[in-house]
Amino acid sequence: MRFDRMAIWRLGLKLALVLGSPWALADTPSSLLNHYKAQAQSEGQDGGDAARGQTFFNSTHGNEWKCASCHGAVPTVKGEHALTHKVIEPMAPASNPQRFSDMAKTEKWFRRNCKDVLGRECSAAEKADVLVWLLTLK
Amino acid sequence: MAHSFFSGSRRDLLLTAFIACGSWTAFAQGSASLKGAPLAFTTECTSCHIAYAPGLASEANWRGIMGGLEKHFGVDASIDEKSRQAISVWLLAHAAKGSRYAGASPDFRISKSTWFIRQHDEIASKVWKRASVKSAANCGACHSGADKGDFDEDGVRIPS
Repeated sequence: MRFDRMAIWRLGLKLALVLGSPWALADTPSSLLNHYKAQAQSEGQDGGDAARGQTFFNSTHGNEWKCASCHGAVPTVKGEHALTHKVIEPMAPASNPQRFSDMAKTEKWFRRNCKDVLGRECSAAEKADVLVWLLTLK
Repeated sequence: MAHSFFSGSRRDLLLTAFIACGSWTAFAQGSASLKGAPLAFTTECTSCHIAYAPGLASEANWRGIMGGLEKHFGVDASIDEKSRQAISVWLLAHAAKGSRYAGASPDFRISKSTWFIRQHDEIASKVWKRASVKSAANCGACHSGADKGDFDEDGVRIPS
């Protein structure tokens, strides 16, 4: 019976981890923005400039497409995939609360879409610029 | 009556047409199904385009497509390995079977496979270019049930 108390503690800890993790790990646009800003800083860069983000989003970067080619110039409204014409839900968190609520998903799309638009992955500073601009859109 | 309508080569032709229609109907109703699709298929594949059913392409085409997601028709569509495996297993298990679907098409494109070209040979090239159709990848422009894997000819309506 000596182990009972420890077993209960361990069970409680596991339960807390399992039940608590969805909330503990939930991302928000502002938590992601803080993450990218901190990462940019650690890389010696300054991220989180809305005007720079808007220009970045609406410019080509050596390839055919810009972010806006699929997402639209002001992504508070739906966009359309440049090749398949499938509707793309708005990117601005104010118009679409699902955006930037999952770090893994955000990272997946930044990785792929930046490769299409820039031919490389985006830097943390570039991600912070775009995200802070998207957050200004209402 | 030496030239009865149902005699000789004409009868053979009708019979062939009848069998061809029958097999197409079987294809349209059965093998374009999206039944049993893994969650990864729905979340990954349909974020950029409609759900192309496994029965729309041969094993060789699916292998080619799933082996080159980093350059997927000009777009980086790479996904995590676990999802890629789950999707591949399902696509290959339900890929189009039979000699008319066999082999790989140029770029592994469904729209460049022999059966697709044959099925659409009555569609004039200018129809494909209409703003309402946009491209051969836009199945839903004419096949109203395309996103549910329903390509029944009764549901076809070519937009003006």
